Amino acid sequence: MGISCELGFLNMAAPLSVEVEFGGGAELLFDGVKKHQVTLPGQEEPWVIRDLLVWIKKNLLKERPELFIQGDSVRPGILVLINDADWELLGELDYQLQDQDSILFISTLHGG
Amino acid sequence: MVWQVLEGLSRDSAKRLRFVPGVVYVDEGAACGRSWEDRAKTLTDVRQILQTLGFPWHIVSLEEVFALPPSVLRCSAQDPVGTVGTYKVAVDSFLQQQRTLAAEGLRGSPSSAQGEEQPSQPCTQDSEDPVGPPPAAQTEALSQLFNSVKTLTAKEELLQTLRTHLILHVARTHGYSKVMTGDSCTRLAIKLMTSLALGRGAFLAWDTGFSDERHGDVVVVRPMREHTLKEVAFYNRLFAVPSVCTPAVDTKASEKASIHRLMEGFLLRLQAQFPSTVSTVYRLPLGPVSHPLRTSEKLVKAPRDGCAAGPRCLLCMCSLDVDSADSATAFGAQTQDFSQTPPPTPRAEAGAPAGPCCAAGLGGAPNCWQGTRPCGREGSRAHVIEQLCYACRVTMKDVPCLDPLPPYILAEAQLRSQRPSAEIQECLVENSDDEAPASGSGARGPPEQEGKEARAACDRINKNFFN
Repeated sequence: MGISCELGFLNMAAPLSVEVEFGGGAELLFDGVKKHQVTLPGQEEPWVIRDLLVWIKKNLLKERPELFIQGDSVRPGILVLINDADWELLGELDYQLQDQDSILFISTLHGG
Repeated sequence: MVWQVLEGLSRDSAKRLRFVPGVVYVDEGAACGRSWEDRAKTLTDVRQILQTLGFPWHIVSLEEVFALPPSVLRCSAQDPVGTVGTYKVAVDSFLQQQRTLAAEGLRGSPSSAQGEEQPSQPCTQDSEDPVGPPPAAQTEALSQLFNSVKTLTAKEELLQTLRTHLILHVARTHGYSKVMTGDSCTRLAIKLMTSLALGRGAFLAWDTGFSDERHGDVVVVRPMREHTLKEVAFYNRLFAVPSVCTPAVDTKASEKASIHRLMEGFLLRLQAQFPSTVSTVYRLPLGPVSHPLRTSEKLVKAPRDGCAAGPRCLLCMCSLDVDSADSATAFGAQTQDFSQTPPPTPRAEAGAPAGPCCAAGLGGAPNCWQGTRPCGREGSRAHVIEQLCYACRVTMKDVPCLDPLPPYILAEAQLRSQRPSAEIQECLVENSDDEAPASGSGARGPPEQEGKEARAACDRINKNFFN
């Protein structure tokens, strides 16, 4: 009984520690702070980028969410690098976050 | 781009570049409403990067447009001062400078500023850096100018124009023959679409081509033209290229705040959903294409025969795409509208002699300056507007009063508008001499008198502007 309870707990995603970084002017929407070390709480489903964006919008974004997020993805013109690789190669919104991942958002837009 | 230039100049690269570059950074904080403390902080960061480059660098603030001479608006066919010398001398001095740099063991870290080329002089000592804030009057004047502009679109266009003039002036003063800008493929595609929307379709080749020769002696080149923004961003990240991001006039603007923002959003969204859109947009307006670069180069060729080919727009220095003599076109009608805008009231105040000047807009300048102030001001707006291309006129519509414009623009506008009238005045003097040779000074008095007064007025005004 005790063992099956433990196995049940293993299905939940453990809290994740990831580094979120902003560049290219995007940091202006986050009080000018470029690097954020965030700890994502454990949840039923594994953390994916889609969830991370919702979390960022709720917890980190200080102003003008529409300048960063559009729908459930980032605004076109904002590049996302996961561990220095283009997120398009890793599944974009469906990429499953690992512990100690580094997510970088670079804004290539003129108006921040 | 600066990093690429640095790489290209290094000893290790396979094909070394053969020019001596400088870097210019334009501080536009005043136009964005930033405080001097914020701007100083940004300048410190920029300075740190520039100092490690090893190139001569120039930091100028946008306020310096108020001290520019009107000659910056004239197309000059001569080589800029300082590029005299044979090719061999230039290469020798370049190699010597490289040896010095290597000996000092400098390692470069670039910035996001624009770069300049100078083929002849080694000038590591030539760096220019203001120590304190620019004069408060100039900062105030610049803020006033940008606050008076009604739309963000016009602000961005005006900012671009002033920045171009300033960089041109720096290039000419220090003997640079080329200005390299870091516009990427994405940025140029956005600029292309924006130019079409703003009525600059006739000048697409100049605005987005590889080389822009409209200024005559200084050529603007865009070497990053083939790289998309994404490539540049990845390159900067992977090669740890340091950069400084500063707020601009359109920072945190909503997507529909200006035509530029709208086009940017449209193109980037399209690119996200349909890849390769940007490169298609980039090539499509240039016609059926076998090789995109060659086609765009073909488009440039009209102005190459030099600066003297026809009148030029006062602000963007492209050939005037207006024909004021052609009143049958819609544009001709618009031209007449501008010069007839002044209401009849000033005419009544000034009396009969001031009558023809406001309506004609040309050839009546002496009467204007004899007349009242309101008449002169309306006339001067008309004089400026009629020397602009269509797109610049549309921009100026959003600038309610032209007085806050930097003096060099107003002075050059006056100069250009009074040149034909001075010629007409001389013709009148000659004709009256012929018609009444025997009647003495009485009959010849009025036109000659007016001619003298016109010249005196011109001198007075020019003196006021230049002091």
